[in-house]
Amino acid sequence: MEYVLIIIAAVFVSNIVLNQFLGICPFIGVSNKVDTALGMTGAVTFVMVIATLFTYLIFKYILVPLDLTYLRTITFILVIASLVQMVEIMLKKISPPLYQALGIFLPLITTNCAVLGVAVLAVQQDFNLLGSVVFAIGNAIGFGLALVAFSGIREQLDMLNVPKPMKGVPIAFIVAGLMALAFMGFTGIV
Amino acid sequence: MNQWKNFSKGFIRENAVFTLFLGLCPTLGVTTTAINGLGMGLATTFVLVMSNIVVSLIKNQIPDKVRIPAFIVIIATFVTVVELVMKAYVPSLFDALGLFIPLIVVNCLVLGRAEAFASKNNLLSSVMDGLGMGLGFAMALVALGAVREVLGSGSVFGLSFLEGDGMLLFVLPPGAFIALGYLIVLANKLKEKTA
Repeated sequence: MEYVLIIIAAVFVSNIVLNQFLGICPFIGVSNKVDTALGMTGAVTFVMVIATLFTYLIFKYILVPLDLTYLRTITFILVIASLVQMVEIMLKKISPPLYQALGIFLPLITTNCAVLGVAVLAVQQDFNLLGSVVFAIGNAIGFGLALVAFSGIREQLDMLNVPKPMKGVPIAFIVAGLMALAFMGFTGIV
Repeated sequence: MNQWKNFSKGFIRENAVFTLFLGLCPTLGVTTTAINGLGMGLATTFVLVMSNIVVSLIKNQIPDKVRIPAFIVIIATFVTVVELVMKAYVPSLFDALGLFIPLIVVNCLVLGRAEAFASKNNLLSSVMDGLGMGLGFAMALVALGAVREVLGSGSVFGLSFLEGDGMLLFVLPPGAFIALGYLIVLANKLKEKTA
């Protein structure tokens, strides 16, 4: 039950994109089409869960015992960067179709603040190992939900007659604001 | 003259937030007040200038293949410096910015300038570029923070000029998106006039 609550909280109540402002760059950048949004979601889910698992173990069993917690930021970003690289190489060998689908998104993920953000949040909130992984899964779902829903709206938006200075990114932000407003309706359910 | 150009382009023409749409996460996340925006902007400027300096000094020593990880380590080092200094001297700001301080590492603006500018230009140009881009970013954050603070809590830089509460919406997350959207519209309009 505890884990179900972690997921619901991460997906709806404090949605990573619309409430915590993490991963805004891909949220605005790759949300033009539903297909690319789905691809990005897949890649982020993959990396986010593995990265959180690894960074949690490293933080708990290497940095904390050695009293090196101030190296957290450097360690985490290195782990994420090398993980992304490794995942890319492995995927190429093991599952070429999946690599085809996710390939172009993988390099972008190193600088996706959602991944580093979730890894840092997971160690800050003192979850146990399973809790951290569930937390990462929940956040990945939340990211995917926001991204895919938003790209659906943007596909429609392209066909509308929008005033010239508002075309493209500005109107996307205003739409995102309205979406965030809708998500605020979930406040307090957990 | 050329150096002035390197410096000034970050304010409007190549402004990180309004034109390039880089570094949007901290832009939205910390700008509940103008002060927080200023703190974040200056912290990012420091990291940007220092990483530009180091990258432009050692650009010939870094093998091309590992340059991105090398840049990230350089940036992460300065972010850790900022983190520790802030924690020691301005704990209130440290608490307000929270998660977004370690996240300066993945601010695409910083890595983007290291890759696109500092790794190709000399020291002085890189410093000017870092300063200009950083201060332009800070300006955008202060602008957004001020708008949200005025509308949301009826004050600027903590000086209250309204009795009672403002429009709560602008302090909450949705207000950040909406306010930034309209600020970009305004910037577009200004660019149209000057162009």
